[in-house]
Amino acid sequence: MTAAATAPPQFGNAAVPVPYRIVSRVAETADTVTVELAPVAQALPVFEPGRFAMITAYGIGDVPISLSGWHGNRPVHTIRAVGAVTRALCQAAPGAVIGMRGPFGTTWDVSSAAGHDVIVVAGGIGLAPLRPVIRRVLAEPTAFGRVSVLVGAREPAEMLYRDELRRWAARAQVEVIVDRAADGWTGPVGLVTALVAGADVDPAAAVAFVCGPEVMMRSAARALIDRGVPAAAVRVSLERDMRCGVGWCGHCQLGPLLICRDGPVVNHPVAAPLWDVREL
Amino acid sequence: MVMTMVDAVGDKGMTMPDAGLTPFTDGPARLIDMDGLRRLVDVLRDRGYTIIAPTVRDGAVMLAEIDAADALPHGVRAETEAGTYRLRHGHDDAVFAHCAGPQSVKDFLHPSRARLWSADRTGDGAVTTTGPDRPAKRLAFLGVHPCDVAALAVLDRVLAGPEHPDPVYTARRDGTFLITAECTEPSATCFCTSMGTGPAATRGFDLALTEVLDGGHRFLARGGSPAGAEVLAELPSRPARPADASAAATAVAAADAAITRRMPAESLPDLIRAGRESPHWDDVASRCLACGNCTLVCPTCFCTTTEDVTDLTGEHAERWRVWDSCFSLDFSYMHGGPVRVSTQSRYRQWISHKLGTWHEQFGTSGCVGCGRCIAWCPAGIDITREAAELAAPRAGNEPA
Amino acid sequence: MASLAVWKFASCDGCQLSLLDCEDELLTVADQVTIAHFLEASGDVLPGPYDLSLVEGSVTTSADIARIHRIRDISRVLVTIGACATAGGIQALRNNADVAEYASVVYARPEYLDTLATSTPIAAHVDVDYELHGCPIDKGQLLDTIAAVLVGRKPALPAHSVCFDCKRRHNVCVVVAHGEPCLGPVTRAGCRAICPAVGRGCFGCFGPSETPNGPAQASLLQITGMSEQDIARFYRSFNVEAFAGLAGDE
Repeated sequence: MTAAATAPPQFGNAAVPVPYRIVSRVAETADTVTVELAPVAQALPVFEPGRFAMITAYGIGDVPISLSGWHGNRPVHTIRAVGAVTRALCQAAPGAVIGMRGPFGTTWDVSSAAGHDVIVVAGGIGLAPLRPVIRRVLAEPTAFGRVSVLVGAREPAEMLYRDELRRWAARAQVEVIVDRAADGWTGPVGLVTALVAGADVDPAAAVAFVCGPEVMMRSAARALIDRGVPAAAVRVSLERDMRCGVGWCGHCQLGPLLICRDGPVVNHPVAAPLWDVREL
Repeated sequence: MVMTMVDAVGDKGMTMPDAGLTPFTDGPARLIDMDGLRRLVDVLRDRGYTIIAPTVRDGAVMLAEIDAADALPHGVRAETEAGTYRLRHGHDDAVFAHCAGPQSVKDFLHPSRARLWSADRTGDGAVTTTGPDRPAKRLAFLGVHPCDVAALAVLDRVLAGPEHPDPVYTARRDGTFLITAECTEPSATCFCTSMGTGPAATRGFDLALTEVLDGGHRFLARGGSPAGAEVLAELPSRPARPADASAAATAVAAADAAITRRMPAESLPDLIRAGRESPHWDDVASRCLACGNCTLVCPTCFCTTTEDVTDLTGEHAERWRVWDSCFSLDFSYMHGGPVRVSTQSRYRQWISHKLGTWHEQFGTSGCVGCGRCIAWCPAGIDITREAAELAAPRAGNEPA
Repeated sequence: MASLAVWKFASCDGCQLSLLDCEDELLTVADQVTIAHFLEASGDVLPGPYDLSLVEGSVTTSADIARIHRIRDISRVLVTIGACATAGGIQALRNNADVAEYASVVYARPEYLDTLATSTPIAAHVDVDYELHGCPIDKGQLLDTIAAVLVGRKPALPAHSVCFDCKRRHNVCVVVAHGEPCLGPVTRAGCRAICPAVGRGCFGCFGPSETPNGPAQASLLQITGMSEQDIARFYRSFNVEAFAGLAGDE
């Protein structure tokens, strides 16, 4: 035989979703909800910050969603309704069963930032995958240096985790900015990139975690590097269409990367030359 | 609603054929004749294999299940050029003297449509999920040319890796029996010699046959695995004489010499990297139909998409996986629109992956030099020619 | 229960009949949706609004324009079905001709006609949620679209070439292996590549694929011996208007 079965058994397989039940659902904004999930029977391995799940709305489809937190041992995901699948997931009520595959992809590798100052730059829904990073860093104040959290949203009503942002502000620098002000907004207006200059950290000794739309990550990373953050210390989370999550389907290629496997989190020197190529 | 998992397959991985593997050798080569080949089909069938072999259908050599060696394409040659393929019925009884048709083993091991799972809501609100079907048949492939054996090793690297073995692929791949036929009649679109995959068979097979016509129709046979040696021992055969071995070697050497199509000799990943902004993509795009044929006939192109379906009641859901191609707009769709809008970028993605980034992703070239993408491109776009065009400005000369 | 309405504009009724052709599935359809308006099947009409409207046919009169706006207003999801509704149909041949002259040739009393100079697709007048192409449409696409709308899924309606489906079902390419003229490389998939499956070239009844390359396709057809005029005529059928850019007669 040219092939033999020798590899250790996997849990189930990466193609078949494992049933999870939505145990709580919080509406964050008009189009975004946070769900806490519990396995119906068997649980998937632990999701580390940065890694993602392929979440199935049965009969509709599945989408990659990064972990946005833990509640005890239950994974928490924040989902924005942008298509049929995410719309179905956002509308699912507590008690509904959805399918989970994962965990897939790379982590934010928060531990390796120990001893460094930390800058988190988030745009829109990009705050969701970064929330476990912020929580972890703030939970271990002695392990990390100064922490600066810079958050942008299109408008005030689209700002995620507003209560939590206020709580974080007691322990870290938290700056928020919106593209468009609304009644009652007294904060700054503009792009989140504009906040980088005011980050209260030692740039040369900082590690940056950046997540948001590609164009935002590119300009934020550029601003961070211009301020003196070493390029190799800037981590970004890439996004492309994914069907399998494990390198079988080919959809998430960005040049040499299979983002589901080699990403989503990569260092800026990996992403930057690929971003520079149009339609890659 | 409670869900339970039922019969999810694919918990088995498989060893990956190692490119540096020492070939299995099982004593000297044997010689079998046409009766021996007929017997081979019987032996495999008796061992429970479903035998997939080249046959003629609709004017092309197509792969199909066969019951007997008579179904092989006796005396058939395939003449190919960029964008054309014609069968010629020759004067002899050669059965493996045809170059690649549009299909490859990929069609059987990585099927064009496969159900990944189905889920049913049951009466009490519970849902059961069932994994992909486990194929009932074990497959034996007869007459696979060495370029396609190499393609199988590439697919193994992509779909049968240790971390996440693809349950559909591995369930079919595991336990296949592979009989290669060394290439003795390459066609004009072949360039395996540039990719180091042929025309001789060196590894990755259970049994290797070399068809010899000169001095009587016969096959030099070598075992490539213990299972192959076992099967060979059941066939009526005699030891190959030096003259037989030499006739076989001559036939393969002649094939090697007949292959004149070439990839540029330089590092193809470097060539691709350097060519990202080449003006040549405009030229290719003017000819490219973005029809996807090159990817769909490629024996290593593995990309797929998924389709979720429900019955009209909505109580039964399934996810199907179907062959996709980087030539469709949907392939790079993100919320907001596709990333690769222009045909330039889609052709560039294909050739860059095939010749360049495949190395970074899977540690091997994605191209095995079978020439299918050249012959089966309706517009006759030639990967070797396009690579040469990319190389030309670097070499400071005109492409050949 | 979701309500279904079927509407007819300028067309031959063939696409509506595809729904009646779903013999095995029709009872299930009837179990899952209320067929509220389907004159081809029943004279009983229930009042709107409707969850799903299937619209067949093209817009050829000013009354059509008013009616399609009204239908859009009372439909939650509007799906056009067939080449007439999605591309103007074969009757769009008149778009580049003299309608008055056509009418005078065909009708004894052309002055009774009140018709627009052009035949246009529904999407030229109102927002359309999904389009089912083809002459006629594919029954499988119709059923999947109904099922998808019922559960809120985006139906699988690929816009890539027919070649994808030829290769997926292991058809031998009629262009490469037989030198047949075939519009498959520039035609939208969805028909399951039925013509190449029986050895004949695609004639484009699903209309153009997402990014058809007209000049490259013309070279392909010329090799088979077709003249420029032959090629232009090849495109002038059910999807004449949609193919106009490729045929070179914009």
